[in-house]
Amino acid sequence: MIEFGSEVVAWFGEEGRWLGDDGIVPRTVEHLWLAFLAIAIALVLALPLAVWLGHRRIGAFYANAIVNIGRAIPSFGLIVLAAVFFARGGISLRFWPAVVALMALAIPPIFTNAYTAISNIAPETVEAGRGMGLTENELLWDVEVPVGAPLILAGVRISFIQVLATVPLAAVLSSGGGLGQYVVRGFARGPGGTVEVFAGALLIAVLTLVADRLFTLGERWLLPEGVKRLSDTEVRAAVSVS
Amino acid sequence: MMILGQTTTLFDWSWVSRNLDNIWDRTVEHLTLTGVAIGFGLLFSVALASAALKWPRIYEPLASFSGVLYTIPSLAVFALVAPLVGIGTPTERFITAEVALISYTFLILIRNIVTGIRGVAVETTEAAFGMGYRRSQVRRSIEVPLALPVIMAGIRIATVTVIGLVTVTSLLGLGGLGFFILDGLRRSIIFPTEIIVGVVLSVALAAILDLALLWLGRAVTPWAEKGIS
Repeated sequence: MIEFGSEVVAWFGEEGRWLGDDGIVPRTVEHLWLAFLAIAIALVLALPLAVWLGHRRIGAFYANAIVNIGRAIPSFGLIVLAAVFFARGGISLRFWPAVVALMALAIPPIFTNAYTAISNIAPETVEAGRGMGLTENELLWDVEVPVGAPLILAGVRISFIQVLATVPLAAVLSSGGGLGQYVVRGFARGPGGTVEVFAGALLIAVLTLVADRLFTLGERWLLPEGVKRLSDTEVRAAVSVS
Repeated sequence: MMILGQTTTLFDWSWVSRNLDNIWDRTVEHLTLTGVAIGFGLLFSVALASAALKWPRIYEPLASFSGVLYTIPSLAVFALVAPLVGIGTPTERFITAEVALISYTFLILIRNIVTGIRGVAVETTEAAFGMGYRRSQVRRSIEVPLALPVIMAGIRIATVTVIGLVTVTSLLGLGGLGFFILDGLRRSIIFPTEIIVGVVLSVALAAILDLALLWLGRAVTPWAEKGIS
């Protein structure tokens, strides 16, 4: 066990391990870049639709169905399928199949949380806004979106972490997949690759946990001033989350 | 590794009919990996949730710890467990896969058991105490049955999640239906039929088990429909 530990430590100290072409820094950048791109596209596609449907309070059935389907589809299979269909379309780029599959996985939590956040705002809150003479637009942007913001941001965080966790699986396709490359390559080498597998896994775990922590802290900072002052219970009362 | 596969057809039914036995075996393997993970996950979760209900102070740390386990990507968990348990023999590979799969069930199961039991109305338990029930009897005959719909919902979510994760264990040389996904990809010319079979059957298993558990949940809690709690 001690021997294995020192082999792992030695792995981190190898020549070019950090900055080389296959180094930890470029792999981390690739990892984050894939995740950011997928989340950005998912946000553009899912957020406006979810907020609008939530405001009109229609489509609850679809919001539920989307999250259930998202859970049932194996992310690993989706990435491989995307690669197959892209290849048949004549696109052999390693990058885009992964982005499209990751984007598809990112949509359910973003969509469902945003929809739930807006559509479940207590009727009293919305009525109070209407009573004050707000137009539908003002009601949406000045009341519903800020009050729903904690839940909407939580959805984006869940999505982001899920995508960061799935990027490594894209390493089965090609030379991509960020830090997952070390793990997939190591597994393919069998028992001889366990040091690389373990080191890669440590890096992935640390990246994901740090990202989760930073995002949680950032969420508080991003919230509108008025909502920030509310306690958790008050937010939950305003957005009746089941 | 990736070569354009225009020459192969998208779906080759003859491959399916030639490989029915293999498909059946991999499906059974998939269900076994899932079943063992949910079974042991439930066993540990019940024990941990009972402890958290008895000593409320350990619930927060327990929840954050299972949150951390859940946040670590599946591939990384398999990879972190692999050197500790080993991946040389089929038994070692199976244990490695199960340790990782079980760790994923904790967050969902513990949370649903604890919130389910805590959600039972105080009036209900007090009525039971008033009728002379002892603490252990209240837990067994009042709280657990009333919390069952929430607990069953947790089991459904955990099962569907684990079925998806099992496909990843193909990288360990196990994988149930994930074997087809990886095998189809790793041929010299990508073979879409195999990949589609793996993905479609995995989704089908998730859907069927989800519905079966929904039905089972309703069958064991006939009162839940009437909204009495």
